[in-house]
Amino acid sequence: MGVEGIGARVARKEDKRFLTGKGRYTDDMVAPGMKYACFVRSPHAHARIRSIDVAAAKAMPGVIDVLDGKQLQADGIGNLICGWMIHSKDGSPMKMGAWRPLAHETVRYVGDAIAIVVADSSGEARDAAEAVVIDFEELPAVTEPLPALEGGAPQLHPEAPGNLIFDWQIGDPEATDRAIAAAAHVTEIEIINNRLAPNPMEPRATLGIYDAAEDHYTCYTTSQNPHVARLVMSAFYNVAPENKLRVIAPDVGGGFGSKIYIYPEEIVCLWASKKTGVPVKWTSDRTEAFLTDAHGRDHVSKVKMAFDADHRVTALKVDTVANLGAYMSLFSSAVPTYLYATLLSGQYAIPAIHANVRTVYTNTVPVDAYRGAGRPEATYLLERTMETAARELGVSPAELRRKNFIRSFPYQTPVIMNYDAGDYEASLNAAMQAADWAGFEGRRSASAAKGKKRGIGMSCYIEACGIAPSAAVGSLGAGVGLWESAEVRVNAVGTIEVLTGSHSHGQGHETTFAQLVAGRLGVPLESINIVHGDTDKVQMGMGTYGSRSGAVGMSAVVKALDKVEAKAKKIAAHMMEADEQDIVIENGELKIAGTDKTVPWFQVALAAYTAHNLPAGMEPGLKETAFYDPSNFTFPAGCYIAEVEIDPETGKTEIVQFVAADDFGNIINPMIVEGQVHGGLAQGIGQALLENVHYDPQTGQLLTASFMDYAMPRADDLPSFTLSHQNTPCPGNPLGIKGCGEAGAIGSPPALINAITDAIGHNRLTMPATPMKVWQALQPAH
Amino acid sequence: MTKVTLTVNGRTMSGECEDRMLLVHFIREKLALTGTHVGCDTTQCGTCVIHMDGHSVKSCSILAVQANGSVITTIEGLAAQGEMHPVQAAFKEHHGLQCGFCTPGMVMTAVDMINRRGGSLTEEVVRTELEGNICRCTGYHNIVKAVLAADAEMAAGRQAAE
Repeated sequence: MGVEGIGARVARKEDKRFLTGKGRYTDDMVAPGMKYACFVRSPHAHARIRSIDVAAAKAMPGVIDVLDGKQLQADGIGNLICGWMIHSKDGSPMKMGAWRPLAHETVRYVGDAIAIVVADSSGEARDAAEAVVIDFEELPAVTEPLPALEGGAPQLHPEAPGNLIFDWQIGDPEATDRAIAAAAHVTEIEIINNRLAPNPMEPRATLGIYDAAEDHYTCYTTSQNPHVARLVMSAFYNVAPENKLRVIAPDVGGGFGSKIYIYPEEIVCLWASKKTGVPVKWTSDRTEAFLTDAHGRDHVSKVKMAFDADHRVTALKVDTVANLGAYMSLFSSAVPTYLYATLLSGQYAIPAIHANVRTVYTNTVPVDAYRGAGRPEATYLLERTMETAARELGVSPAELRRKNFIRSFPYQTPVIMNYDAGDYEASLNAAMQAADWAGFEGRRSASAAKGKKRGIGMSCYIEACGIAPSAAVGSLGAGVGLWESAEVRVNAVGTIEVLTGSHSHGQGHETTFAQLVAGRLGVPLESINIVHGDTDKVQMGMGTYGSRSGAVGMSAVVKALDKVEAKAKKIAAHMMEADEQDIVIENGELKIAGTDKTVPWFQVALAAYTAHNLPAGMEPGLKETAFYDPSNFTFPAGCYIAEVEIDPETGKTEIVQFVAADDFGNIINPMIVEGQVHGGLAQGIGQALLENVHYDPQTGQLLTASFMDYAMPRADDLPSFTLSHQNTPCPGNPLGIKGCGEAGAIGSPPALINAITDAIGHNRLTMPATPMKVWQALQPAH
Repeated sequence: MTKVTLTVNGRTMSGECEDRMLLVHFIREKLALTGTHVGCDTTQCGTCVIHMDGHSVKSCSILAVQANGSVITTIEGLAAQGEMHPVQAAFKEHHGLQCGFCTPGMVMTAVDMINRRGGSLTEEVVRTELEGNICRCTGYHNIVKAVLAADAEMAAGRQAAE
């Protein structure tokens, strides 16, 4: 560990450009002759399109063209797909309804794209979009998951009778039912996980450029995974073959999952660029983002947790209905199944688990992965149930958890996952100590004396990160492999470029990936550049989501570095007439171990490229590639404690303290890891207290379509956080990393709701716990 | 089309625009200063904050033609001769940014806050003052730390100068 290597709190290399206004985001891009797009969208939640008349719009000032879905289909552009196959328990495949990039027969949610207007300015494009005349036949709509399954509900897709996409299960139903029947105590609870809008601060944008001379497309886009975007647009949407399509994701202003997917707009802007002969740029406004970015969560679940007389959990039974919206988004099917139900064992040894998950279509924007993706839903369900059970059994919530913790590893759960390492009690103890749990009753009395209600709550979460290995996800239905790639390119003067398939949109890869290389070779951080986000520069990669860049992406860099070092050692040994086994790399030098004979790193690099005196048969150059496929998921875990004080007059909840104790395995840069936790906590606290997507159930109109209607956490809504780490290295990858990007959003909602229900004295509360809901919950009639 | 002339980051700059063009779009599209961002349509997010005649302004809430003749500082004009402003330096040191998209607005708001209330900032004051700037990445923890650190450093600098 050096001052710039692994474990060092290094300030970020990328910061200066962001701090001085020199970041380059998609909407900052300008192509010669570029024009602006506006999409004509459905104002109805569900309607048949009788006709589309674009004549008036085409005659508007500045308009280049107006294009619709019939033309798109005639040009052979394909429908959007879901890339993860799930089979129902009867063996039938999931029922995927057609999602046209531009609808021309039926629209199924408010915001569904129908036509694209291309004009000289964005204002003119908007004006012309208003002038497109569409004759709709309105149809009844359904927006909520349970009503969508009822008989007589409006039907969205002929492919999916009853709006049911799949009816899937995991675990052993008979063993679970037997254990519940034999239990000393069964805790039952209904859990609603509220629907959220990811809302990265940079709205989605895309710039499509068609080069007729080369028959080649360039797509600038706000993507977390440009190579996946290129693959999907080539292989499934028939936009262009991969060698004729370059996808560039430049600086991207946050993603949180919502920028994984390929949306209609990228496809349509590329196609429209060819049709119109001009580069076409589209930038979402915020209302459009609320209407069309994939949402997150939206589960309704029934839970039974069985205990024996000694308070050991003997079984867990879960029945979940998940709303997937109007169409199946790219990874939507994986979220409420393999990213959710496989985590229902939590940190606990539970001998029998059974989960049944039904997914449904509704007239809402598609739902897909949002920070945590399935794991927050599992954690919220489990940790509220555990807390409720502790109250019913009259035991301390910490002791009930402690009693049921998994304590030896590896541990095979009944729901696929094989936990490799952890120390759950260490995080529990650290969090309780940091929060002064023992002193809480005194603080509660002090609050009561002021007329306030104080509560404390905890949650012990586990998650599965890395979203790999490829063979495992393939056997579960994934349409892609989930490895990662890296190329380490040493220049002739010894400076280094690392080309990674991971994509940084706030995570700081330009610093952490460079720290890894600097630490290994002992060369300065400034001599290392990280290249990412461009399919023309970087070899095929899988991108960033599921907290996978450290565990999988950096591991690929390690593998490439291994090869680079091995070759450099051979060259150095040859230069110094030594045995390559005796060469070590330290402080930017290659050294014969135990001697003072060295050759500087840059001289080895130069020797590799001059190739005047290389070992016999060695190829010139110093550049190596590696593709890394891990052996398992990784399992970050931790304990979060929230303490709140509620004003019973207003129902307002103040977070008095928030403590997070996490096990992320080995840490590359503690400053960046802490930042990831802070941001995750803010999003989890947002879910628990503020945020909620609300569609009007009758009309299907989105009522929370701006920052004035959807409560984003602001600085004065949040406290400062108390963090600590109790790390057990991950045995599954060379760096021992588990991942830290999603933990905050996973562990915090149940801790807060457990604290609030502790304060109000009962459990009848749903997220978000707004002042109105909390006030109502405190009224005697409630 | 109307001609708008502004003094931006110390230079006189002009451009033709439609009367309905917002100042933020004028700055981004006509002056090619893309450090100022657009994150919402309702004057809520603060990614477009600039300084106009010495005060912080959400540049999405004013028409370009209304700003004609004014003196504007954008994020690009804050670092003097390539040396980062103490607020910029504090954001870097305390990891007050992640994706960087809200950062220019945050920094411009923080500079204005310190200009108005420098030396008297507390965590509570900073959090209240930041209410008009939304960040989705940092949870504000390190932004608050950075603003307080910059305030302390600039106050110490003023004291040393006296």
